[in-house]
Amino acid sequence: MKILVPVKRVIDYNVKVRVKSDQSDVDLTNAKMSMNPFCEIAVEEAVRLKEKGVATEIIAVTVGPKACQEQIRNAMALGADRGIHVECESFPESLQVAKLLAKLVELEQPGLVIIGKQAIDSDNNQTGQMLAALTGMPQGTFASEVVVEGEHALVTREVDGGLQTLKLTLPAVVSTDLRLNEPRYAKLPDIMKAKRKPLDVKTADELGVDLTPRVTTLKVTPPPTREAGIKVNSVEELLSKLRDEAKVI
Amino acid sequence: MAVLVYAEHNNHQLKSETHKLVNAATKMGDTVHVLVAGANCAGVAAQASEIAGVAAVLVADNAVYEHQLAENTAELVHSLAGDYSHIIAAATTTGKNFMPRVAALLDVVQLSDVIAVESADTFVRPIYAGNAIATVQSSDPVKVITVRASAFDAAATGNSAPVSIVDAVFENKMSAFVREEVTKSDRPELTAANIIISGGRGMQDGEHFAMLERIADKLGAAVGASRAAVDAGFVPNDMQVGQTGKIVAPQLYIAVGISGAIQHLAGMKDSKVIVAINKDPEAAIFQVADYGLVADLFEALPEIEAGL
Repeated sequence: MKILVPVKRVIDYNVKVRVKSDQSDVDLTNAKMSMNPFCEIAVEEAVRLKEKGVATEIIAVTVGPKACQEQIRNAMALGADRGIHVECESFPESLQVAKLLAKLVELEQPGLVIIGKQAIDSDNNQTGQMLAALTGMPQGTFASEVVVEGEHALVTREVDGGLQTLKLTLPAVVSTDLRLNEPRYAKLPDIMKAKRKPLDVKTADELGVDLTPRVTTLKVTPPPTREAGIKVNSVEELLSKLRDEAKVI
Repeated sequence: MAVLVYAEHNNHQLKSETHKLVNAATKMGDTVHVLVAGANCAGVAAQASEIAGVAAVLVADNAVYEHQLAENTAELVHSLAGDYSHIIAAATTTGKNFMPRVAALLDVVQLSDVIAVESADTFVRPIYAGNAIATVQSSDPVKVITVRASAFDAAATGNSAPVSIVDAVFENKMSAFVREEVTKSDRPELTAANIIISGGRGMQDGEHFAMLERIADKLGAAVGASRAAVDAGFVPNDMQVGQTGKIVAPQLYIAVGISGAIQHLAGMKDSKVIVAINKDPEAAIFQVADYGLVADLFEALPEIEAGL
């Protein structure tokens, strides 16, 4: 079966973001960009399923500006067979991304879509669930284990209070949590080979999806800063501060 | 306009998030209804009817909702959506799972993890792991929202709202519950605790968390962990506080052997008082701590236990 893996280009998770002084957005000028960490886990899981003989082809998909092709090539270096880039000027809202992906699901008919549970820029945690709704597929969100058995996938999910296992009929959408796997690094020869793998570029118009935003960002501000605290010299002093000054114990 | 609040519960007990959601809901519209979807959950519905400000409780009590599978729950909420301007759920793993599905069925955008309500269509939410705060305005006819419960106070109790039955049964054939493994704990839940003591990589071993547990028991606190401690296998992952774990805002947060990575701070920096115990005086956690103690945790923790 085919596996479709959406990946997103985001600011590198180690970079400390700065808010623009006009409060319009965060400043991404010259910031290091990478593949969203949850998407790396999704690519890795797809590659492992191919190595086990479960998957026959892995298609990496991205939606966004031209620079996102870097992340598609990255996914190919890790093992994706081909790529689809839905090119648009900026990053659409998650509902629109889900609609674009739903069109690609219709075209490609994958047996499984593996997607990161959330992107570390917008922190939405929506696209996979929305895609499942739009395509009528079942969903296994926040997966820490995926076992494909014939027509079904057993997905163990990280939920508040423990773990939950679901049985999903394929095709299905699975979203990855951190402990699903440890992504591999791309090797230099694979990075070179990835440059020759096929990459198809489409537009939202071709796919018939309207990208008019529904949500307007009025402003983006830095979070309130905490007042500087004090260092105490002993446990005794700490406990007396907590009792008498902060009155929290 | 009316707001539908999806109750957070485990079929036996209404979770404290629901009281906070009701408070958030009163800032969005003038009528608040609570939906309890589950199996054998009449007791939960009775608890929900006691929350002040709730005008009505709807109960969908059927085996198909027992595990709150996204496919069934989303269809149920979608079927009720016509009467509401806002549909809100807690930003827990339950709410995060089915709410985007509701939004897509309604063809609207979802607003995730809302921390403040400016008006009926304007909301505040953190982005970039809490390193930026966005104020956003939705033009959609129905606002589908997950709420960060820890950002709101709980509504009072002392009400007796009418409870009505929802008969609709949505059962999909594509997903089925197989099993669950619930982490056993007698301590308060992380997201509801007034005091949390968390350990990080500095704890060195899962067995050393017993030192935190003894202190937690004296304080009536919950025990949390950083992602590093979870990834190292010291403790189960539902104890994780952070961007990718639980977001908490207790009265007192004690971080022990935690360096203070961005991802961890995103989960706890709205705590009222933060205490850091770390032997590295340069650790980032000291920049947000109200009280910092530079000390070896293996010496400091027994002293704290003795001093309580």
